[in-house]
Amino acid sequence: MTLLRVDGLTKSFKGLRAVDDVGFEVGEGAILGIIGPNGAGKTTTFNLVAGALAPDAGTVHLDGTNITGRPPHRVLAAGMARTFQLMRPFYSMSVLENVTIAVLAGGGSRRTARTTAAEVIERVGLARWRDSPSEGLPTAALKRLELARALASRPRVLLLDEVLAGLVPAEREPVMDLLDELRTTDGVTLVFVEHIMAAVMRLSDSVLVLDLGRVLTHGAPEEVTRDPRVIEAYLGEEPDADR
Amino acid sequence: MTAQTTTREPAPPAALPRQPWNRHLAVVAVLAVLLVPLPLVLPGAQEAVVVRVLIFALLSIGWNIMSGFGGMFSFGHAAYFGLGAYTTAWLLVERDVSPWIGMAVGMVVAAVFAVVVGFLALRYKLRGAYFALATFAFAEMLRLWATNSDFVNRAEGYHVPLLPENSWWYMQFEPGSPNYFWIALALTVAALVVSILFLRSRAGQFTLAARDDEEAAASIGIPVMRYKLMTMALAGAISSVAGAFYVQYYLFIDPDLAFGSSQSIQAILPAVIGGVATIWGPVIGAAVLGPLSDVTATVLRNPPPFLEFLQGRGGLDVILYGLLLIVIILLLPKGIYGALRDRWSRR
Repeated sequence: MTLLRVDGLTKSFKGLRAVDDVGFEVGEGAILGIIGPNGAGKTTTFNLVAGALAPDAGTVHLDGTNITGRPPHRVLAAGMARTFQLMRPFYSMSVLENVTIAVLAGGGSRRTARTTAAEVIERVGLARWRDSPSEGLPTAALKRLELARALASRPRVLLLDEVLAGLVPAEREPVMDLLDELRTTDGVTLVFVEHIMAAVMRLSDSVLVLDLGRVLTHGAPEEVTRDPRVIEAYLGEEPDADR
Repeated sequence: MTAQTTTREPAPPAALPRQPWNRHLAVVAVLAVLLVPLPLVLPGAQEAVVVRVLIFALLSIGWNIMSGFGGMFSFGHAAYFGLGAYTTAWLLVERDVSPWIGMAVGMVVAAVFAVVVGFLALRYKLRGAYFALATFAFAEMLRLWATNSDFVNRAEGYHVPLLPENSWWYMQFEPGSPNYFWIALALTVAALVVSILFLRSRAGQFTLAARDDEEAAASIGIPVMRYKLMTMALAGAISSVAGAFYVQYYLFIDPDLAFGSSQSIQAILPAVIGGVATIWGPVIGAAVLGPLSDVTATVLRNPPPFLEFLQGRGGLDVILYGLLLIVIILLLPKGIYGALRDRWSRR
């Protein structure tokens, strides 16, 4: 069953088509990886889907409801949360306070918000940073904080913008395990932008490749990575004269 | 005793940390009780200083909610102070309405005005200095309107009609009556309690989140605009109470006193000196500024021989405020309370 459906999404900035007719579908409990070279429009696509930007054209449907152009707080209320590529903690607050506010904003009760937040923090492996100020946390912890805050509202769909970037390989493994677990035990549907191919290959049910704002191809991970157009987009090879 | 552990990481803390709200409320209660007998021991002239401190504090508590906790820098807080003052004065003089009711109406008027200012400024995405300038423009607009409108007596302003006897209903007592102090104390305590309860509430927490990062706040489901406007309304209402009380205490208001930029500055200074975005900052700052403004006024009226040249000149207080501000910003950028709190928590 399709949970998230995106059709013909288009957005221009001062004449530049950052996202051009992008569409995809994600089934409930599935994981979609979005890859593409720098400037392919991955983050802009995220911002359009999450409501941070209004599209020029196209639609976003979540569970059959048209949520196109809804402001971010209403997209969240509809059941879709997102993380930011550049971590954006509430810097004046501790990790616990950051997540508590996210629980409250997601509709949690005030009485239990802090305990719920502590559980989410435990879950993403941030327990030892729980009472630390979020300002000055290492990158790995901030990435997990992004994840914790997004999970606090118990979303059905989670949009993850490069949660693994900036982590050393030893730090990536537990995050990937967590994402896998979110899907299998919690049934969360994941859409993630990622540069680290090992993660894309391991987690994705299907992969969407963007290049210059357009969909280059969409398919199973193995197919996509063999596609010469994808290799070309990444490596910038000249098109083969024979074809 | 000191069992050496080889783990590099601290163990995850077990119990959730305690929240400071009840402690803050307890301190407010203790302070209030301690301060009640103050006018009975202070000489009359000093009581005027203490009341001035409380007016400063009340005005600045409102400013601090909007600009400190809300992150929306107001350079036009005189608007709310003045609306409180003028609403009370107008209702009293023109309609014979009790200042208590006038105060409540003034709060509503100021809150509505704050929402209008906020909606326009935020709708057009004014930030930082531009937002501050917009608030300043709205305060100036009110000043010019009051100066030129027959509706509020033009530049003349209002004198509160003097009564032959004390009256709680008209909030008027013989000069130097401790009742003025008690009323100001009660209003300030109420403002502190309201700001603590606000910060503890869902709305207050969302406001802090929106101040730290608007986009992130929206992404976790917070309707940022709604909470910013709510914060501004609350701030405007609290500061308007300072204006309403001011009229009853000094028995006089005119457009410059009410809406002038010096009133806006007096809303900012206590919080900056005491500590922006701290509950106690405005109170501590007011406790420093109130006596200082009194001393400078005395010196100007009656200068000692070596300061003879200052006789009858104005503006010394402003110069001193400026100096104090420079010293505070250089030495204690987080204000007096902010610096103390950092020192305590580092122990």
